[in-house]
Amino acid sequence: MAIDTDDDIKPPLKERLSAQMSKLGNDIQGSQAWSSIFRPGSIFRKGYTDSPRNRSYVIMNSVMYHLHPVKVKRHAVKVSYTLCLGGLTFFLFILLTITGIFLMFFYRPTAAAAWDDIYTLQTSVTFGLLVRNMHRWAAHLMVLTVFLHMARVFYHGAYKPPREFNWVIGVILLTLTLLLSFTGYLLPWDQLALWAVTVGTNMMGYTPVFGDQVRFVLLGGFDIGTDTLLRWYVLHVLMLPFVAVIFMAIHFWRVRKDGGISGPL
Amino acid sequence: MVEVPEHLRKRAEEARAKAEAAKAAAAGGDPAASDEAEMTEAQKEAASKIPAHLLERSRAAKAAAGGQADEPAAAAPAAAAPAAAAAASAATGPGGHTQRLLTVVKSGSIQDVKSMPQDKVHVWPHLLVVEFAAALFITAFSTIFSIFVNAPLLELANFNETPNPSKAPWYFLGLQELLTMFHPMVAGVTIPGIGIFLLILAPYIDKNPSNKPEDRKFAISLMTIHLMFWAVLVMIGSFFRGPGFNFVFPWEAGLFFEL
Repeated sequence: MAIDTDDDIKPPLKERLSAQMSKLGNDIQGSQAWSSIFRPGSIFRKGYTDSPRNRSYVIMNSVMYHLHPVKVKRHAVKVSYTLCLGGLTFFLFILLTITGIFLMFFYRPTAAAAWDDIYTLQTSVTFGLLVRNMHRWAAHLMVLTVFLHMARVFYHGAYKPPREFNWVIGVILLTLTLLLSFTGYLLPWDQLALWAVTVGTNMMGYTPVFGDQVRFVLLGGFDIGTDTLLRWYVLHVLMLPFVAVIFMAIHFWRVRKDGGISGPL
Repeated sequence: MVEVPEHLRKRAEEARAKAEAAKAAAAGGDPAASDEAEMTEAQKEAASKIPAHLLERSRAAKAAAGGQADEPAAAAPAAAAPAAAAAASAATGPGGHTQRLLTVVKSGSIQDVKSMPQDKVHVWPHLLVVEFAAALFITAFSTIFSIFVNAPLLELANFNETPNPSKAPWYFLGLQELLTMFHPMVAGVTIPGIGIFLLILAPYIDKNPSNKPEDRKFAISLMTIHLMFWAVLVMIGSFFRGPGFNFVFPWEAGLFFEL
């Protein structure tokens, strides 16, 4: 019968293996889990073809990309117009969040432990030095890109109606970026941190009328100490990022509400 | 044949009988309909509120057409004649027309076009590719730079040993530079406060609607002066201030600057 002849005409091992592999691939890509993760339009989904419909699906069906509209003005994708400065600022913020979370695992915000923790991080933790370097340089770079982004927007007249309010939010974000960088400056608790912050907070103490109160609230006392460190740590890792994320969300949302980025000159 | 259920067939028969009865009643006596038929054409024309000169013109046209229309009507098959007559009697406008051209409205006057079609491209792939490249670039740059250049970590904070000079972070060095010229309240609070405030108010102060550089020479000059002012102050504070925050040349006294 057929069972007997089956063994004789079995295809070679290589062919059977490749058939098994393609069947496995089909089974995985045809499964419900796969198709619910890689929604229509995904380039990982089986049978993506480059059509206007699928190009729209890529944006609409992705939680990350749907911040974008499906289509933008042609001039808006020119790198020579935006220099991608706003985007770079956002990427740096994400990079800083990721490296910052890593650093938080190895850091205690007390005057007794802070410096030792940073030193141990640099000398004994795998990639500790690299990640701290990245956090530091990305922070400086972010101040720079925010500043350049503001200059770019000004020179393009992109703050004019209907984008006035988004410019205001942008200035607030610039201030928040400076505060984020400044609060992070104290955390290593070395000579550089201590005296830079001393200079900075002394200046804020000259605020008219309630200068002393401002200084007291910022320092958590009359002098810089372990309370200041805790205060600035919480500001740096939680409060200021929280506020900044809210303002960023409004900033990006308004870009779309105001009709995309400003037109060509 | 499809079998129709008994109750449905009965219902249909009843409905049909009812409709037939209604038709018979309408044919038997409908005074309103017969009245309308007796209404003269002149009355109808008067009722339709058409200006007199137009009515005159239409009557003349009808008289002229009447002579010509006789021949094709006679040549047409017998069945077509009653149909044409019925159509003419049902007409309400002059000249047997059922529609009149009142006016011609050009599209521009009723369609309010607010936005012109724009040249657009799909975000995928055109924008996402650029963004991906930028993200990749900035990540690679930070990583490679961090491999070769270490972040500073000076000795443990010591309240008894003030470094000379003591400098703020680089972005505040412009303010620290102002401190050498003004009272701390002016340098540290008033000037930066006014600066931020003016920056926020920029779109409300600058009422010039154009974004063309040639139309906004004043705004561009002002902003450039403002940016250069801070850039120069930060540079001086960073590189040209030595012990005691005195002015030095970095190529003579060395750098007193930590990032």
